Amino acid sequence: MDLPTFLIQLLNAVQYGLLLFLVAGGLTLIFGIMGIINLAHGSFYMVGAYLAWSLTSAFGSLWLAIPAGIVLSVLLGIVIEWLLIRRLYKLDHLQQVLLTFGLILVVEELRSILWGNDVHGVPVPDPLTASIALTDTLSYPVYRLWISAVCIVFAVLLYLLIQRTRLGMIIRAGATNREMVQSLGINIGLLYRFVFALGVALAAFAGMIAAPVSSVFPGMGNQVLILCFVVVVIGGIGSVKGALIAALLIGLVDTFGKVVELQIGSLRLLPELAGMSVYLLMAAVLLWRPAGLFGRKS
Amino acid sequence: MAAGRPVREKILNRHVAWWVAAVVVAGVLAALPFFGEKFTVQFVTRVLIMAIFAMSLNLLVGFTGLVSLGHAAFFGVAGYCLALASPQYQAASLWTSLPLAMLASGLLALVIGLLVLRTSGVYFIMATLAFAQMVYFVFHDSGIAGGSDGIYIYARPDASILGWRPLDLEQFADLHFLVLALFLFAFGFIRLLRDSLFGRVIAGIRVNEHRMRSLGFATFRYKLACFVVAGMIAGLAGYLAAVQYGVVNPEMLGWHLSGTVLMMVILGGMGTLTGPVIGAAAMLLLEMVLQSLPETGGVGLGRHWQLPMGIVIVLVALFLPRGLAGLLARRRAPVADHD
Repeated sequence: MDLPTFLIQLLNAVQYGLLLFLVAGGLTLIFGIMGIINLAHGSFYMVGAYLAWSLTSAFGSLWLAIPAGIVLSVLLGIVIEWLLIRRLYKLDHLQQVLLTFGLILVVEELRSILWGNDVHGVPVPDPLTASIALTDTLSYPVYRLWISAVCIVFAVLLYLLIQRTRLGMIIRAGATNREMVQSLGINIGLLYRFVFALGVALAAFAGMIAAPVSSVFPGMGNQVLILCFVVVVIGGIGSVKGALIAALLIGLVDTFGKVVELQIGSLRLLPELAGMSVYLLMAAVLLWRPAGLFGRKS
Repeated sequence: MAAGRPVREKILNRHVAWWVAAVVVAGVLAALPFFGEKFTVQFVTRVLIMAIFAMSLNLLVGFTGLVSLGHAAFFGVAGYCLALASPQYQAASLWTSLPLAMLASGLLALVIGLLVLRTSGVYFIMATLAFAQMVYFVFHDSGIAGGSDGIYIYARPDASILGWRPLDLEQFADLHFLVLALFLFAFGFIRLLRDSLFGRVIAGIRVNEHRMRSLGFATFRYKLACFVVAGMIAGLAGYLAAVQYGVVNPEMLGWHLSGTVLMMVILGGMGTLTGPVIGAAAMLLLEMVLQSLPETGGVGLGRHWQLPMGIVIVLVALFLPRGLAGLLARRRAPVADHD
């Protein structure tokens, strides 16, 4: 592999990992703070991508679609938390799994009724359509760099929100002792609704900015959901730092797994099984540290 | 002594009633092909197959307290095993391919179990789902087993032993008899298991694993054994499903089926013997009813039957956490509720 190809793959891996972090970060935030395992998290990613597609066709630009989409997904998160999720805090994981599994089916079918089952493309928005030439034949699209940059900004903002603001302090306190925070006069129900809506908006936003590179298709949410679970298992549940590192690791392993597969592919060394590399990584982490890289021992 | 007798009699009566009910139900199911229509018999066969599958998951979820969200992997692998063991356009032998398929499921369960049982709680849910998806992608992406289209099984397995052929599985009635016999076998086996020392230990693990460990039980080994047994019984169901449909595809391994079978267990009542059977019957009936829903307000509800199904699942999770069996039990004995 020559240097430009390596660089392109590296950038792809980082972009993929950062995007995955945006989705998995929301998942682990919702679990770490609210104790809710949300199988429907991937569905919100898909909803984001479909919102980007339909709103871009309506408004004519992704730049208008994204803010409108964020507002809609926050509203969606608030409604779902109010309608369903808040009833789950007292129930155990089994009920949470079942309810959010049902929610996946509902969202998938509503998507099928509203938007159909076709694959759609979203054009790369205007000032970012250019590519940076690396050699005479190889170039790197600016849009992918922009995705990485946006994800980093969001990761930093998320960190500052949770670790450095008064709101974040209350959220962390609520994760440790719900009753205590409540008895100090803080409306924990409202706070959880905000956290859930934030998680939904993160997933949907990731779906929106990913739409131009990944295209928009049914089932895209479930693919992401499984990878998010792998991220959480590797990184350690509830740990946002663990999610970031695990997501980057998965980005690297998956991207380079596929490239190496191409090269060994001529030797026919099970080229189809390159998709397994991510799961092998997970198996290795489970053998080494069952609680994940940054997980607390339970 | 004086107080003991009525109680003992009551227990004895309940025992007799259970056996009478079991024999009557088994008798009706066995007689079904003689008076039922082909469609009905095939539907009941399908219910029995899914009931075996749900019973196997109940071993984990209901008896041991392990919420597995990847149980379809063991179901599907056994089906693929039959498809790959069948020579093209010819039948495989039932007596070799069935043990082979169950063995394959058991081996897969052993490998996955060794990894996922190192985790617990939510991790366990996520890890089982992820490893099952890995198996899904192996069959979906690789060319060894027909990729995303799957493989057709052109001839049902041959049940002859030394020239004698007790069953012709191409006949729907004979297939029904085989499935019923294996269903009763699996049901009886799980009942024996539940009442054995092994069953007591896994029940103890569900309630308090630390305490069981302090008592000197190697809980990991018990959980692993349970995981493997559950995987093999799921394999039995997957094998039979492949025989009935005559085709295997990656959806047999997918998380959608894992979620559906979990729903069957909970809908029927987890941790009970008959719950998963009731749940499987209820889910398949519901599925059939929903698929035949008429067009309402410009939306073909029958085509989008997963929408009402999803709503039902949400409602069951919220309002029926102990399933239909729990509903009946609560009505009969409202005080006996202590979790």
